[in-house]
Amino acid sequence: MTTTTVTTPAGVTSVELTDDGFFVDPSVWTEDMVPELAAREGIATVTDGHWQVVRFMRSEFLTKGTGPSVRALGKTSGVSVKELYELFPKGPAKIAARIAGIPKPKGCI
Amino acid sequence: MSDTSTSASAGVATPQPIEKVSIIISKGSLEGIYPGLIMANGARAEGMAANLFFTFFGLDAIHAKRIEHIKVATVGNPAMHIPTLLGGLPGMSALATHMMAKKMEDLDIPPIAEFLEMIADTGAGIYACKASVDMFGLDKDDFIPQLDDIITVGDFYEMAAGGQIIFT
Repeated sequence: MTTTTVTTPAGVTSVELTDDGFFVDPSVWTEDMVPELAAREGIATVTDGHWQVVRFMRSEFLTKGTGPSVRALGKTSGVSVKELYELFPKGPAKIAARIAGIPKPKGCI
Repeated sequence: MSDTSTSASAGVATPQPIEKVSIIISKGSLEGIYPGLIMANGARAEGMAANLFFTFFGLDAIHAKRIEHIKVATVGNPAMHIPTLLGGLPGMSALATHMMAKKMEDLDIPPIAEFLEMIADTGAGIYACKASVDMFGLDKDDFIPQLDDIITVGDFYEMAAGGQIIFT
């Protein structure tokens, strides 16, 4: 486990991350952390597309207890698989889950 | 931004992450095709580069007409747990395939054609082996539109350089 700090306009928050970079406690996440979390994943500018995916991941997690896989994202988020990989070249579900402060989505597809 | 690691122990080398996989699919049965597709899709989902190469009977998986007729092998497959003679009865392979397709649908595993479309959309490359294509008397028009190219073994090794090769 790693402890890191995220700076937002509201102040500095200490966040615990798993070894592979996911929030240990999703409840400490706030939307204003997104720009900094995205920058750490190599996303310099958070576009509307990024926001759409991150918010969708977050709401899926809050209702279902787990984030969607890439296929489910492509089918239900309103962003196609092709666009998902353009937005998150290093793996849409994985990277968006890190930015949305939720655990890594499970599933093989 | 300050990171303080609490679990990193000095002197333990972390293994190098895999950055690229080249997956060869050489069989044309349902159980011969899916594992390679799942591995390619999973590689992209983890942010690795991935290329799929179809050779020999694996070409059926990207053949525009045959792709809809991929079946489970019910003969010579001890893990089916049915006697070989029964497995050889007409319709057995279709029945087993149908049952498996239903199970896969329940688990949200896409059919092969849809899966290949998705894999192409992830940015993975889809290639056919030239020797096999020539042997079966096929050409580019016989394949699904997602096929990137028909390539030689030399091209394959060039493309696979620096990554892992997985043969299925």
